[in-house]
This record gives sequence, structure tokens and C-alpha cells, in this order.
Amino acid sequence: MDLLDKLTILADAAKYDAACTSSGVRRGFQPGKIGNTSSSIAGCCHSFSADGRCITLLKVLMTNSCVYDCKYCVNRRSNETRRAAFTPRELADLTIGFYRRNYIEGIFLSSGVLRNPDYTTEQMIRCLHILRHEYAFNGYIHAKAIPGTSPELIHQLGLLADRLSVNIELPSEAGLQTLAPDKTKSAILRPMGLIRDQAAQSKAELVKYKHAPSFAPAGQSTQLIVGATGDSDKHILYLTQSLYRRYRLKRVFYSAYVPVVESSLLPALNSKPPLLREHRLYQADWLLRFYGFQAEELLSDEQPDFNPRLDPKCNWAVNHLELFPVEIMQADYEMLLRVPGIGPLGARRIVSARRISHLTYEDLKKMGIVLKRAQFFITCNGKIPAGLRFSAATLIGQLERIEQGLLPDAVPEQLSLFDNAG
Amino acid sequence: MVWSEVVFQYDGTFDGFLCCVYESYVHKEFPIAFFGDEECFSLYAVRTVITQRDHAKRILRSLVQRSVPAVQVLRRAFLTCMEDKEVHLYAFVRKLYAEGVAFLKNQSDPVYYPLALAIRHMNGELEKLRGFVRFSDYNGVLGAEIEPKNRVLPLLRSHFCNRYANEAFFIFDRTHREILLYAKGQSRIFPVDQLQLTLPGEEEIHYRALWKRFYETISIKERNNPSGQRSFLPKRYRGTMTEFLPLDHERGNNRVTPPEFPGVLSVPSAPDGIPAPEIPQ
Repeated sequence: MDLLDKLTILADAAKYDAACTSSGVRRGFQPGKIGNTSSSIAGCCHSFSADGRCITLLKVLMTNSCVYDCKYCVNRRSNETRRAAFTPRELADLTIGFYRRNYIEGIFLSSGVLRNPDYTTEQMIRCLHILRHEYAFNGYIHAKAIPGTSPELIHQLGLLADRLSVNIELPSEAGLQTLAPDKTKSAILRPMGLIRDQAAQSKAELVKYKHAPSFAPAGQSTQLIVGATGDSDKHILYLTQSLYRRYRLKRVFYSAYVPVVESSLLPALNSKPPLLREHRLYQADWLLRFYGFQAEELLSDEQPDFNPRLDPKCNWAVNHLELFPVEIMQADYEMLLRVPGIGPLGARRIVSARRISHLTYEDLKKMGIVLKRAQFFITCNGKIPAGLRFSAATLIGQLERIEQGLLPDAVPEQLSLFDNAG
Repeated sequence: MVWSEVVFQYDGTFDGFLCCVYESYVHKEFPIAFFGDEECFSLYAVRTVITQRDHAKRILRSLVQRSVPAVQVLRRAFLTCMEDKEVHLYAFVRKLYAEGVAFLKNQSDPVYYPLALAIRHMNGELEKLRGFVRFSDYNGVLGAEIEPKNRVLPLLRSHFCNRYANEAFFIFDRTHREILLYAKGQSRIFPVDQLQLTLPGEEEIHYRALWKRFYETISIKERNNPSGQRSFLPKRYRGTMTEFLPLDHERGNNRVTPPEFPGVLSVPSAPDGIPAPEIPQ
């Protein structure tokens, strides 16, 4: 089989992994080595595929052969599909060839389980070892830690990689039991704990010794599949929060389940991936990480799923009208962040500018505040925007109309004669 | 004495612009428009400003004394494609002299805002280009072409010189007709009218084919989202990106000679070139 065929099979098998970031580590040029990592905090996107997703790393599997038979997975043992495997050197050469041409930031290496987790991980380590030590590759490496791998091998993997990830995939034990009978929750969480502890230890050593080896300096991430099981948004978001807190994860990725296999246990083959749900989860995830929200504020037993018609922040705000309106000239940074339409950058610009100038609505627009949404929740020098009319009763409808135009695949709603404008 | 309104003609360099500021204060002349080397027709009086290093230095020193961040804003804004760029920059300088540096805290300040906006726009383009620049291997030398709206080469310089420190490479800016050359730890930017690329070798074609295949395969067709793709990767970037080009896109563009390497770098100073301003990172 030639390289083009292998690449086709092994990229195709890897594409359902959502994680594709090159963030979390800044490593400049080092003499004698090839490349560096992105200087930007957010990493670097090298292209965008037809589905609108960022391509930053060469995302492939070492092999798509697998001893497991997880129902939701294209690579499961019982699926009849073409199988292939890279040799370690082949893949290392390909990575360098792509990196030199600025196609990619580095490699995201995952794998189906060939023979057993240890054997598979050894293959991955061999490839990454060639890259790091023989070719002196200094770019980004994201490697998947396969549950069930022995701690020593995970340690070796972490010394070669910038980021490690263990995919939880199914957000609940019940889901695992039905769809991935070969996996258990504890087998997945064990390597996560291991990675957390070794990363912490490595950080502590780096403080003491300058040349101590660094273990997964860009931390670890995971992925949850949305919509393959009956888990609520609340369950997924609470799980996310505890992963950030307990396992110090850098990112949790959500992947809308794309039906790839006919099974009575799974959504039907022709059902659409729940993209809106995935979108809402990412919005809420951002609120947890950058806006100071707690999962409990966004979802509860009374409202276990996100409102499809309003983004989570607006939804929270309309349920807490007693806190609004917020005076732009006085509100503290944390409160500004809670206003729909104001993000961290906008809030910082407001705090900086109001020290030297009285701000107007026109000024806010220039600072990148989304007034369309923010206008309902703020006053500027005690005034609300001229001509704005709303009441607690009409507010939700007005916000929903704004949201409609912003959704990724907005379906134009049929206009009704009785739809009250404004 | 009242300030008279004039039109300035200068050489289009940052130093030249600083000399305009100098002349403006010396002669008490307020520039209402700036022209480059092209012929300028105007009903106003035209002053031709000759770039003099010591005048430029004097202005720069006085600006640095007031605020280093302000000078960085000026340098960056000078590279943008903002309309009437010099007029906005001049207003910025005057406000800085008159009021000091406080207005820099306010992004919505009427004088600062046009610059801030143009820089935001340029930063967006920069961030995209760091990823979207596509190199090809031409007999061991890496080469890329870009078509940016802003003059981004000086700002891409450190990123790519860092990333490909062990390589020899060039990036040609088709819009502004200038080229960044790098080899053996040295880089230089200078104007080039036209670039003729050699045809790619077999290995290069092979990697292009692999990349195109990867690019097509990695997309999930059930999630097809062309409008999302367009907003992240606008069509104007695609004309220089391997994944959107035919395998041998150099063919038929009557291009033959590769740029000389590294001979060009050893020329002590680029002939009648406009040295791009250094950007402190």
C-alpha cells in the first residue's frame, strides 16, 4: 500500500477527534533543532476544512486496526473497513515534510489498539522518538494516551509530547457499559490522574533544575461525544467542570455524534449530528473558563438542557434581571463580563477607557462591544440607548430574534403576520 | 501666525513620514493630504519632503520620550492599508504632542480609533497568514507567495525566521512587490518587481498531493459548513494555498528563474530599495 492510500485511511479514521489545537506551550527556536511552537496564545490554524473546522496538526492514527469493539466507533473490530498502519519512520518523515512547508504546527498522534495498549503505545513512542531525537523536531506534538497503558510508557510518551489526552468519549458509566463494553470509567480516569500528577511533579522539578525534562508542558485534554447517549447537557457540563477542577485539564472538547454505524443502541444512521447542542456546550465551556461562571448557574435540575433559542449567557441574564442594568462607568470587571455582548477584551477596554473619558454608546461600539445584545443590560452614564424599547415581557423574544441570525446554520423562520416587531 | 494647509509629497518610508512631521512644525504647515512618488495634482501648495536621517531621528526621539507604546502604534499603523494613512498618523502625532499619552488608554478616542481599528485588521491578517503561508521546496530553497492587504512582511519576519532558522527561504508579497529573504541567520526585505518561480520537482509534487488528500479527507461531510469555512478562511487567501491550487500551479505562468540564493543576501545594501522599518517585538 502506498503512502497516499495509508494517509487517506488513517486521516479518515482520525477525523472524528475534535481536538485540534496547538496552544499551551511557547517554545522558541533552539539551535540545531527544526521549528518552534506558535507564539500566539491560541495556537495557530493552518487551514480550515470544508466543515469549517480548524486544521492545525497532522491528525492521523498510527493504525486503525483495533482489538476493541466500541459500538460508536468507525474503527471497531467488527466494522468492515480497510485497515492500514504507518511505520514509525514513514510518519515521522511525513510530519517533517508537512511542517517544512508550513502546512501544520505539528502532529496529533492517536491510534487504534493493536494487540494491546502497551504495544500500541510503544509504536507511537517509536515514531515520536524519531521525530524528537533523530530529526530534532521542535514543533508541537499531541499524543493520545490509551487507557490501559502501563504508567512507565505513559511517562515516556509525556516526555516526548507537548499535550496528552485521554478521551472519555461517553460521558457516563451507563453509556460506557452499553456502547463500549471493553472500557470502564476507572480505566479511563486512571491515566488522567497519572498525567496530572506527573505534570505537576515535572513543573516542580523544573523550578529546581533548569534542565529537568518537561512532561506534557501543554497539559492534557479530553473529548466527550454529545448525542450518542441520553445524557443531559447538565450532566456533561457538570462533568466538564469537575474535570477542569479535579484533573486540571486544559481543554474539554465536545464532538457531536455523527452516526457511522447501524445499531439499535445508537441514533439512527440518517439522524443529523446535534451541532447546535455541541455549539451551546462550547459556549458554556467558555463561560466556565474565561467568564467566571459556575456550571450550577447555567444548568440545574429544573433546566437540565440548554435553551436552543438563546445562548447560555443571555439565558442566564434574562433569568437574573434583578442584577441589571449595569452601569458601564461603575460596574467592576467581573460584572461587566456577565453582560451579554461583552467579552474579556471588551471589558478590559472599558475599564481602561473609562478612567480618562465618559463613554457613550458610540464609544462602546468602537471597542468591539456587541451592542445589539448588550443594550438591554447596560446604562451608559445613567442613560439607556435612545429609542430602545423593551419590557421584561418582550425581552426574551427580542433576544431570540437577534440570536436567530447568529447561529452557525441558521434556518430562516417563517414570518408570521402576528409576529410583533420590535 | 496661522498654519497654512498644504499637500506633502514624500518617499513613502516611515523615516520620510517623520520628516513630514518635522517640516510641518518648522514651516507651520498643516498637511491635508500625502502623496508618494507618483505625480500629485492638487489645488493646494505642494511641499516635497526630502528624507533626512537626522530630522527623522529627532522626531523619533521626541516621540519615544513621550511614549514608547505610542511609537509602536505609529510603526504598526504605518504598515496597514488604512485609507489616508498618513493623515490619521499625523493627527495622532499632533495629539500626542499636544495632550500627552493618556488618550491611548481609550480605544474609542476619535484620533486613536482609526489607527486602532486598522491595526486590529492587520493583526487579524497576520494571525491568519502565520498559518496560511505555503512553502514549496524549490531545489532545497523554500519559497512562498502571499497577497496580503497590509504590508505584513516585516511583521511575519521574526516568526518565520525563527521557525525555519535552519532553512533558506523567501516569501514574496505580490501586493506590495517586496520579498523577504532568509538564509544562514540573516534576513532582508527589499522590493522586487516580479518573481519568476521554477517548476516544482517530483518530491514537491508528491507532498502537495499528500497534503491535498489529507485536507479533503479530514473534513466530516455530515458537518459540511461552507459559510463557516469562508469566514475563517476567506477566499482571498486561497489563491496562494496549496490545498486550493493545482498540483503544478507554477506551470503556464511563464515563470522560469528562481531567485538567486544566497547571493542576494550578500549584497551590502539593496539597490535603491526601501528598507522596511524594523519592528521591535
